[in-house]
Amino acid sequence: MRKTVNQKAWFLVLPVILLVAFSAVIPLMTVVNYSVQDTFGNNVFFEVGLEWFEEILHSERIHAALGRQALFTTIILLIEIPLGIFIALNMPKKGFWASASLILVALPLLVPWNVVGTIWQIFGRSDIGLLGHTLANLGIEYNYSQDVLSAWITIIVMDVWHWTSLVVLLCYAGLQSIPSAYYQAAKIDQASRWNVFRYIELPKMMGVLLIAFLLRFMDSFMIYTEPMVVTGGGPGNATTFLSIDLVKMAIGQFDLGPAAAFSLIYFLVILLVSWAFFTIITNIDKQEN
Amino acid sequence: MAKITLSNLAHSYIENPTKPEDYALRKIDHEWTDGEAYALLGPSGCGKSTLLNIISGILTPSEGKILFDEKDVTTETTANRNIAQVFQFPVVYDTMTVKENLEFPLKNRGASKEYIEKRVASIAKSIQVEDILNKKARGLTADAKQKISLGRGMVREDVNAILFDEPLTVIDPHMKWELRTQLKTLHKELGHTMIFVTHDQTEALTFADKVVVMNVGCVLQIGTPEELFKKPAHTFVGYFIGSPGMNFFDVELEGNIAKLDDKQIELNYSYEKTSKKIELGIRPEFVTLTNNSNDIKIEIDRVEDVAHHKIVRALLNGKKVNIIVPEDEKVTEDMTYISLDKDKINIYVDSWLVEGEKIS
Amino acid sequence: MSLELKNVSMKVDGQTYIYNTNLTLQKGTMNVLLGRTLSGKTTLMRIMAGLDVPTTGQIIWNDKDVTGMRVQDRKVAMVYQQFINYPTMTVYDNIAAPLKIMGKSREEIDEAVKKTAKLMKLSEMLDRKPLELSGGQQQRCALARSLVKGSGLVLLDEPLANLDYKLREELREEIPKMFKESGAIFVYATTEPEEALLLGGNVATMWEGKITQFGETAQVYHNPKNAITAKVFSNPAMNFLRFTKKGDQIYYGKNEQRLIHDALKKIDDGDYLAGFRPNHLQLEQEDGHLIRFEAHLNVTEITGSETFLHMTHCDDNWIGLIHGVQDLEYNAKLNVYLNTRHIFVFSTDGDLLHTASYAEGR
Repeated sequence: MRKTVNQKAWFLVLPVILLVAFSAVIPLMTVVNYSVQDTFGNNVFFEVGLEWFEEILHSERIHAALGRQALFTTIILLIEIPLGIFIALNMPKKGFWASASLILVALPLLVPWNVVGTIWQIFGRSDIGLLGHTLANLGIEYNYSQDVLSAWITIIVMDVWHWTSLVVLLCYAGLQSIPSAYYQAAKIDQASRWNVFRYIELPKMMGVLLIAFLLRFMDSFMIYTEPMVVTGGGPGNATTFLSIDLVKMAIGQFDLGPAAAFSLIYFLVILLVSWAFFTIITNIDKQEN
Repeated sequence: MAKITLSNLAHSYIENPTKPEDYALRKIDHEWTDGEAYALLGPSGCGKSTLLNIISGILTPSEGKILFDEKDVTTETTANRNIAQVFQFPVVYDTMTVKENLEFPLKNRGASKEYIEKRVASIAKSIQVEDILNKKARGLTADAKQKISLGRGMVREDVNAILFDEPLTVIDPHMKWELRTQLKTLHKELGHTMIFVTHDQTEALTFADKVVVMNVGCVLQIGTPEELFKKPAHTFVGYFIGSPGMNFFDVELEGNIAKLDDKQIELNYSYEKTSKKIELGIRPEFVTLTNNSNDIKIEIDRVEDVAHHKIVRALLNGKKVNIIVPEDEKVTEDMTYISLDKDKINIYVDSWLVEGEKIS
Repeated sequence: MSLELKNVSMKVDGQTYIYNTNLTLQKGTMNVLLGRTLSGKTTLMRIMAGLDVPTTGQIIWNDKDVTGMRVQDRKVAMVYQQFINYPTMTVYDNIAAPLKIMGKSREEIDEAVKKTAKLMKLSEMLDRKPLELSGGQQQRCALARSLVKGSGLVLLDEPLANLDYKLREELREEIPKMFKESGAIFVYATTEPEEALLLGGNVATMWEGKITQFGETAQVYHNPKNAITAKVFSNPAMNFLRFTKKGDQIYYGKNEQRLIHDALKKIDDGDYLAGFRPNHLQLEQEDGHLIRFEAHLNVTEITGSETFLHMTHCDDNWIGLIHGVQDLEYNAKLNVYLNTRHIFVFSTDGDLLHTASYAEGR
């Protein structure tokens, strides 16, 4: 069955389009402007073509930030996706505990991002933080503002705490849609728990998992608030990820040209990856039908 | 293969059932003979799926026991009962090929490679999926998937029984024929005990050696298709089986004479006197339209031509009567009477069939 | 009041769902669209309703071209396979819904709803919600809602397919009553030839997006214009046999030949396709012009009053429908007889050349 097509729907979207145009498209155009201009000061600009883009693409500093970002995102995905699936598989599906566990799982998602950063910042301090103090008492060396490894571990654990719940909720929804007949058939076939996961649950969750993967990739690739609040990008530039670096460049150093070029490249990379995922998801959908 | 025994079995979804209506399945005592094909037939909500789920182990009965070959399996899981079940919609492992689907149960039990190859080949031949063995299960048609579900159930040689829960629901009508005949042939070939749940009489009667007719949680009759057709034990069975179902008339009974309207019908049997409700049941196939004014008068409402016969819908004193007229016979304006074949009359007291004494 | 489809076709994404179709339906007629799943019945009904705009052609309602008109502006009612009712409203409100939208007064609505509910046997359930009712009752509610509008066109898309067969029988008896009451044009889609026969009226047999024949139901059944119509309008499916006629012999299968009788003598020599219905195969040799076929019986199916014989004859799978309960041996030779007056002769392309003589004048 095909849905009816009604062009009048565009009118409903018009207010949003105008709003977005005003608050997003115009500033975006300004950025594009900046990315192809340079200034000697006093608000006088002149065209420099793609010079900034070339500089950014060859900049070692950017490459380093990109490397850190890639490492961070990879580690995050490697932990959060399997962990999310695992938790979703073990959550009760019916009864009082089903609702209770859903609420508990959703709680971290409700915390404002800078509060998340603040929580972990205080949590990890060796003087007043529960974690920091306990680790110090146990004799373990832990200082996120001075030790690179500690900083990385803190940021990763914080992100896992904050965002695994998203993966859990999406996977849980995917699992709920599997009819019980499949589990019964698996019981009759005497399939092991691993086989049930591999041949029934995982394939049926594939669509939902891809969405979770896409969302987590995008968000972690753009991450700013939480690491900024906890480590400020330090120690040194050990936790300076792409967006932190971008902000330093634009607002700290006021290098508008390179910053603008950088943000456009950043935007295009994320757009490209999202588009690739979208194509994969719709292809799988087509296959299923 | 096993003999399945139901002993004092009943099931209620409510904690403390008090009235008969609280039971989804009322008390049943029955032995299912090894190797036969059974159908559980009844309208929606009659308890047939409940009974099937109890036999397969998905549901534990609230009362009574179920035994396989004298062994009490009431609390055993489905897997341990060695039951294969085919569901209403096809359940296949999408990511595997047809061959891998069929191999799966045997692999899980650690069977040897040669044994698996042999069994899969033989089953694939029986259900005619040899040409799609290497295709992925995902893109196949509904009937192919159902066949694979079935094959997966049969691939284990020690399977005690194969249970089907309205398996032809998703199949295209013109494919239902084919699948039904294949199932029947399979049963003849392999001899497993098969239990088939359906609400379609044609499916039940064509597939099964014995049909269990159920309504409102009660088993009304268990018999061969012929028995159910000729001698339904309960008026509901008479109504449910046959398209259209049996005609029932309220009559008064004296010995071997039934009084219908103001006409007297001579019966082959003589019956005891009773003050309960008496009904005369006769199938539309055995009612003849006549123009003889000595017969019972009716009013014809509609004549429906179903090509290989005609169905005449009529009224007798406001009560519906259906008559089946063979294809080549004509229905004329003056045929407003019916005569009943007395060899095919059944008498029901309080809705249950009673046998009378034969008149010599 | 009439509905006319002129040169209507439907193409989506390069695939043709409905081929060039011309159809005229008159007021107060019951029209059955009979065809297998995916033959185009639903697509055609959606075009009639105005839910889809055809790629080419016009829809003419009462001599007015309504092709682009939205479905809300047309007065149509549609009932689906899935029992579609407003889940949060009571049965009364469900049935009243179209009247409320039309702006009728309270008293008018009350009267119409009560009348329709009585017709559909829902008078006792008016204050219940649809999900509390059984499947049959839910569908009755949907049917009542479609009736109460008094539309000129009522479309029913396999409305009884999701009900168990006894319920289907019961509801099927009520649909002609509904139809008589409303006097509208009814279009009923189904996959079951028996339903088409039971409902009467006119039938349009559909196959792969084309209407192969349209006419009075009994007429189309007994006089199919081509092999496809005969195949679609037959349950079980019609049996076919290719044969060649030379002089007064017919040759079929590998090396079979038979002396033919009068009914077939009049056709010219050549290759043909014979079609005959399962219920015309007999097990006994009656008098008359019978051809004997030696078939291999695979399996029988008993339905209480009739027996289906599944057999193979020279690579063709045939089905026979015999009266009574027959207990025959499987996997054995079986002799079946066919009276030549039951044979439809088609060309090898499937066009009807000679109707079976029994059907002449029906």
